[in-house]
Amino acid sequence: MTRTISLTINGKPYSHQVEPRLLLIHYLRDVVGLTGPHIGCETSICGACTVMVDGKAVKACTMFAVQADGREILTIEGLATDGRYDPVQEAFWNEHALQCGFCTPGMILAVKQLLERNPRPTEEEIRHGLEGNLCRCTGYQHIVNAVKAAAARMGG
Amino acid sequence: MATTITKTETLVGKRIRRKEDPRLITGTATYVDDIQMPGMHYAAILRSPHAAARIRSIRVGPALEHPGVVAVFTGKDVEGIGPVPCGASLPGLRVPYHSVLARDRVYFVGHPVAVVVARDRYIARDAVDRIEVDYEPLPAVSDPEKALEPGAPAVHPEWPDNIAFTYHQEAGDVDKAFAEAEVVVKQRIVSQRLIPTALETRGVVADWRSGERSLTIYSSTQIPHLMRTLVAQALGLPENRLRVVAPEVGGGFGSKLNVYAEEILMGFVAMKIGKPIKWIESRRENFLCTIHGRGHVDYFEIAGKRDGTILGLKLKLIQDLGAYHQLLTPAIPTLSVLMMPGIYRFRNIRADIIGVFTNCVPTDAYRGAGRPEATHGIERMVDMLAAEIGMDPAEIRFKNFVRPEEFPYETPTGLSYDTGNYAGALEKALEVAGYRQLREEQKKARQEGRLMGIGISTYGEICAFGPSPATPAGGWESATVRVEPTGKVTVLTGASPHGQGEETTFAQIVCDELGVDMDDVVVQHGDTAVVPYGIGTFGSRATAVGGTAVYYALQALKEKIKKFGATLLESDDVSFSGGVCVCNQTGRSVSLAEIAAASYRAAKLPPGTEPGLVSTYFWEPPNFTFPFGAHIVVTEVDRETGAVEIKRYVAVDDCGKVINPMLVDGQVHGGVAQGLGQALYEQAVYDENGQLVTGELTDYAIPKATMVPRIETAHTETPTPVNPLGIKGVGEAGTIACSPAVVNSVVDALSPLGVRHIDMPLTPEKLWRLIHKGGQA
Repeated sequence: MTRTISLTINGKPYSHQVEPRLLLIHYLRDVVGLTGPHIGCETSICGACTVMVDGKAVKACTMFAVQADGREILTIEGLATDGRYDPVQEAFWNEHALQCGFCTPGMILAVKQLLERNPRPTEEEIRHGLEGNLCRCTGYQHIVNAVKAAAARMGG
Repeated sequence: MATTITKTETLVGKRIRRKEDPRLITGTATYVDDIQMPGMHYAAILRSPHAAARIRSIRVGPALEHPGVVAVFTGKDVEGIGPVPCGASLPGLRVPYHSVLARDRVYFVGHPVAVVVARDRYIARDAVDRIEVDYEPLPAVSDPEKALEPGAPAVHPEWPDNIAFTYHQEAGDVDKAFAEAEVVVKQRIVSQRLIPTALETRGVVADWRSGERSLTIYSSTQIPHLMRTLVAQALGLPENRLRVVAPEVGGGFGSKLNVYAEEILMGFVAMKIGKPIKWIESRRENFLCTIHGRGHVDYFEIAGKRDGTILGLKLKLIQDLGAYHQLLTPAIPTLSVLMMPGIYRFRNIRADIIGVFTNCVPTDAYRGAGRPEATHGIERMVDMLAAEIGMDPAEIRFKNFVRPEEFPYETPTGLSYDTGNYAGALEKALEVAGYRQLREEQKKARQEGRLMGIGISTYGEICAFGPSPATPAGGWESATVRVEPTGKVTVLTGASPHGQGEETTFAQIVCDELGVDMDDVVVQHGDTAVVPYGIGTFGSRATAVGGTAVYYALQALKEKIKKFGATLLESDDVSFSGGVCVCNQTGRSVSLAEIAAASYRAAKLPPGTEPGLVSTYFWEPPNFTFPFGAHIVVTEVDRETGAVEIKRYVAVDDCGKVINPMLVDGQVHGGVAQGLGQALYEQAVYDENGQLVTGELTDYAIPKATMVPRIETAHTETPTPVNPLGIKGVGEAGTIACSPAVVNSVVDALSPLGVRHIDMPLTPEKLWRLIHKGGQA
């Protein structure tokens, strides 16, 4: 038993027959071939699978692909425009906000949402805003610095 | 020949953003689970729900009948392969046979029992639930001290005492030191079991090409070459028919410095089914089946004089090994013994290790691997001695430090510390923290009834593993540097970095030596088909050992460049710097690209010279390196909740010469966060039946952004003579330094209540009980 879903991913239309139990993260990674979002826990704790669904950061490991029918998805692969990095990507690079990089795609999208909601966050607000995304490498300090740098760059 | 501009700017020592990052920030890097192959199948593993049980029977029929399932394998099917290798050896070590799938018995929760192969990962997981296993549960033991009690359940029936090994080391005259001591302080200190929790779980893809009779294993590993040797042996495959690739690796912290059952198993499955196979560990499996770290119960006794002089240290170390030896399991506590004197001058030590089997997943190397336990021990004991005699914790350290003029310093445990200025690092940390003023603030805080603490840890670590005679598998590292015909440079390193940034730091070394741009250098690693044999990344070794191999390969290459340059310039008197070879007589020059082109064109070879510009160097380090530093932590404990607030965290680290300060800071921050995890939050908890209670990220608290303070970093720089770059290594420093600084700080905060020691993690509940019971746990 499969269902047809039609959705927009990174600005392009897609349509697939999927099993109702297929998770969005597996749909994106295994069916569409967008392996930027990662799977770190399957329990919506770590945030490595974070993507944007209709402009909201969502953990794609705990959402079914069929729930994304008709929606607009943004993954890390769709963030750079015309070959230019998003200011958050650029800030992560400049501030050494990543080491192994596994949490990075989800982390960057969580930061995108954080800055959309609060263009000038304090250090405390940044740390609170990133609580849903785990990083085991950086100790978060350079990530926080990157968020500040991106906020400044984006005119927040 | 044109006059070329000489490149003079040096890159070593500069904050250069990483070459690795563009692929990582765009989601285009390839981790194991990102690999797709035509005809790929998926494996899921049935694991034991019992910590100890006899397997009466296994019925795989219902799983095999499930649509989409291709094969099911159990212990009977894999008798010809394995075992899972242990690379450590100690006199009298008992090594249980570690089969890749359980045979007639299971030894820990998560022990692999059967593997299902299906055409997709959902079906494989469905089918695992259809396998019927008839277990006869047996008594289990999960606490290493209980495992030593008479009548405890035997983890391996052939060894009823549960002792895998004992190990004794002694130096000086310990009995005399303790007899002459004016003060003796004793303390039981637990370094709890921790779960490494790399954000990427383990995973394996195996691809068998029957026509070529060759197997490729993609694995999220820190040691592709060692894995190739060991998996080839386990599978009975000629090593040159096995290729191991470590693609992008999402963190390791020691947990991927191993060869696990699954790498052997997936190789076996791929050869059986003739299709590529993928297995990706779930987070629950990662917590149950990937090695844990620490797991010490340490009984310390320190002897001293009332003037603060430390006379000696005794240690009885009980190491929880788990049910099996993974690659280095029994070797880890011996590192604790090596480093038990810390950076102090006393000469009398006695250590006894008891390695104990328990019905738990094996422990093994986790960031610091034996050294955090040693540092935690000595730094707690020094603080307790200071408290006993009423001395300031900074003062007792200054009194006992090995002095700068004493290097190289031969330790009582047989090591030779290369260089150090321990007092210098502590002075700097005290200055950055404003120590005197902090003590004044503390007085005031105490008058106000607030629980403010200041904690110091001064650590030394053994790094850059290491001289080959002192390591299980060779401690050298390899490097190949190749200038391509167009002048672009390719570096192959046997180190297998996975987040540390050596693609950048090695390129910085290359740029300075060859005068090329960062964009002209590509550093490749992790593929045994591409890179000459290497050892890997662990033990803070990649830059200090692997980077040095790159440096030496470059020196040989520069000689060759000069030879070709001399031929092209028709002069015997040439020099090479800044990417240009210059005739010292005429001033005429040729660029590296011109030399490279000529070296491959080979129309005019210098006498006795091979064509091409390639150099390979295997560098054997003459010694370990010994980084050091001082961390100071200011805390305040909330009387009402028992919560610890970190008010300040000052980290002064000396890792020798620094290639990229930004990356060094990143290593310190990350290391501190993991040390903080141990100090305040993390603990792998097994219940008395051997069930892992902290089996998911919902129950095991790795630090979130709000749980880590801003870290103030500073450095002193004491180069090592062990390698020509003067680099010591920094990967584990933060983790080693952090936990005693935090615990010393919190004990200091609670000392007015009579608290002398608290075991980690310092959870609010634990502290609240101490506060409300007047310092008694």
